[in-house]
Amino acid sequence: MRALTWHGTKDVRVETVDDPEIINPRDAIIKITSTAICGSDLHLYDGVIPAVKPGDVLGHEFMGEVVETGSDATLKKGQRVVVPFTIACGGCFHCKSQQYSACDNSNPVEKQDMSATLYGQPMSGLFGYSHLTGGYSGGQAEYVRVPFSDVGPIVVPDHLEDEKVLFLSDILPTGWMAAENADIKPDDTVAVWGCGPVGLFAIQSAIVMGASKVIAIDHYPHRLELARQLGAEIVNFRTTHVREALMEMSGGIGVDAVIDAVGMESHGFAVDNMMDVVKQKIGIGADRASALKQAILAVRFGGKVSIPGVYGGMTDKWPLGAMMEKGLQLRGGQTHVQKYTKDLLAKIEDGTLDTTFLISHRLPLEDAARGYKNFKEEQDSWTKVILKPGMEKAA
Amino acid sequence: MSRQTRTGPAALAVGIALGGVALGAIQAKRKQGRSPDDAPDFALRQRDGEYDLVGRSVTIRKPRDELFRFWRDFGNLARFMENLEKVEVEDAATGRATWHIKGPAGRSVAVRTTIESEDEGRMIAWRSLDGSDVETEGKVTFEDAPGDRGTRVGLTIGYKPPAGALGKAVAKAFLREPEIQARHDLKRFKMLMETGEIATSARTKAQTRAAKQENAA
Ligand SMILES: NC(=O)c1ccc[n+]([C@@H]2O[C@H](COP(=O)([O-])OP(=O)(O)OC[C@H]3O[C@@H](n4cnc5c(N)ncnc54)[C@H](O)[C@@H]3O)[C@@H](O)[C@H]2O)c1
Ligand SMILES: [Zn+2]
Ligand SMILES: [Zn+2]
Repeated sequence: MRALTWHGTKDVRVETVDDPEIINPRDAIIKITSTAICGSDLHLYDGVIPAVKPGDVLGHEFMGEVVETGSDATLKKGQRVVVPFTIACGGCFHCKSQQYSACDNSNPVEKQDMSATLYGQPMSGLFGYSHLTGGYSGGQAEYVRVPFSDVGPIVVPDHLEDEKVLFLSDILPTGWMAAENADIKPDDTVAVWGCGPVGLFAIQSAIVMGASKVIAIDHYPHRLELARQLGAEIVNFRTTHVREALMEMSGGIGVDAVIDAVGMESHGFAVDNMMDVVKQKIGIGADRASALKQAILAVRFGGKVSIPGVYGGMTDKWPLGAMMEKGLQLRGGQTHVQKYTKDLLAKIEDGTLDTTFLISHRLPLEDAARGYKNFKEEQDSWTKVILKPGMEKAA
Repeated sequence: MSRQTRTGPAALAVGIALGGVALGAIQAKRKQGRSPDDAPDFALRQRDGEYDLVGRSVTIRKPRDELFRFWRDFGNLARFMENLEKVEVEDAATGRATWHIKGPAGRSVAVRTTIESEDEGRMIAWRSLDGSDVETEGKVTFEDAPGDRGTRVGLTIGYKPPAGALGKAVAKAFLREPEIQARHDLKRFKMLMETGEIATSARTKAQTRAAKQENAA
């Protein structure tokens, strides 16, 4: 089959690799109809996530048709499904507590030691990511092997086209959980850093959850405009002093909740960020967390800090004093996708959530490398890229 | 109370752990309430001498009795213990069995074991019989976890590698990083019990075969 494979920093290629096979009884094989490139893929593309190996098939946002099933699978051939990027067994303590992205059993045993050393306990399995999370082949391909196919994939009705439901695989639930983690109350003012797909869905979710005001922060005019169309007020950090703006816009109190939808490759030229850029480049493992640090200073006493943005290691100059003295609540985590898919599918169907407004480009899978390059370098206009295995390559 | 004495003077003298002596000695200390705290012995910060005693705990969301019964049928162990080729049970009542362990260069090592003591639903202890290629002793315990979390399973294994060239070769293959082995085996046990399968990220069957050969090499 054809698949997008990783070969090194900023080096991804579409190649022919072996087709996936059913290995375990609960497996299914999915023929991909649509798959997307995510901000998390950019962290791999930029080489800031450890334990990615040459030849790894990337992609964790995908959907398609069931073409093969293992002996204990419950899916039927021909069903159309969206697959969560988090692989979860459904039977362990964490799965039973709906903390699917912390599943005890989805990361192969021999792959667990690395993340257990880093974080104290091992991570669970994720598609198309790092060998820290299993090294599972991803879905930017023609076919994918889906373990625990009786737990993850959600069957979608035929009248909803791919583009409407594809993002149930990751960024829609991620934006929703980010808002939920901000514990939004009706009078709250919520500030969201980053107007990429995750930030945009977090903004939309916060509004649906009844926040009285949502403030979106980024430096790309088009992305900010998308946020404004959702109903947010916007702040451009290139031209505006963010913390000052947020103090004024929250009436001198500080915002009630903050959401970091930027992650470990924060942009900008603040002193701490530039130092972190250098450290990340020379490989001494400092995450760039300047947006998050700014958010912690901007949030009010007793405020809520939600962190969907991905971090992998350590960071320097952490505002520990502000965190403690202000009595903040912090929540992060890879999204517990399986917990949200059913509800969010209903909200797509009844029109509560718009899932297509952010799609800027549709490319054939063969053009995936170009998709990565532009999603990275032309962020303002390339807001979300969908790849289609069957699509004709443009001349 | 010095931890030196945990392994017993005999073990220190020969410079390797005497599995049996070590396990027995530690249990005796626990009973006498002389342990420094309530953590399991294998969580000790300092391991003296060549204390080849390893252990691990894992919580499995299944009833204690179910897990006990599965383990008590030693034939099942090869389904999740990576270094085991198979276990032939000769007598279910006494637990007499022969374990075929993957050895170096495709050779297999045979260990005959018997159940030394057991407490229905709670504990199984076994030891190798005289004349086995490897002297070993192990114990698995099953304890109710709080609420509906299932069962806490603890595994402790003691080894005494045989002398001579074969011993060295066996030690290298079978006893290679025994602590990691114990942890991995217990996690595979958990996977099998909770999900009915053992997770793999292989894309093709050929990859799973290749990975197995790599582990055995
Ligand atoms: N927790 C999860 O399960 C999960 C799931 C998906 C994605 N993510 C993570 O969420 C983050 C965002 O993903 P995305 O797809 O939206 O990525 P993206 O790269 O498209 O968007 C990031 C946005 O942040 C903006 N930004 C950068 N620095 C900023 C700063 N200092 N202040 C304000 N805005 C800034 C960028 O201009 C960009 O628009 C990534 O870290 C990604 O890995 C997490
Ligand atoms: Zn994603
Ligand atoms: Zn699980």
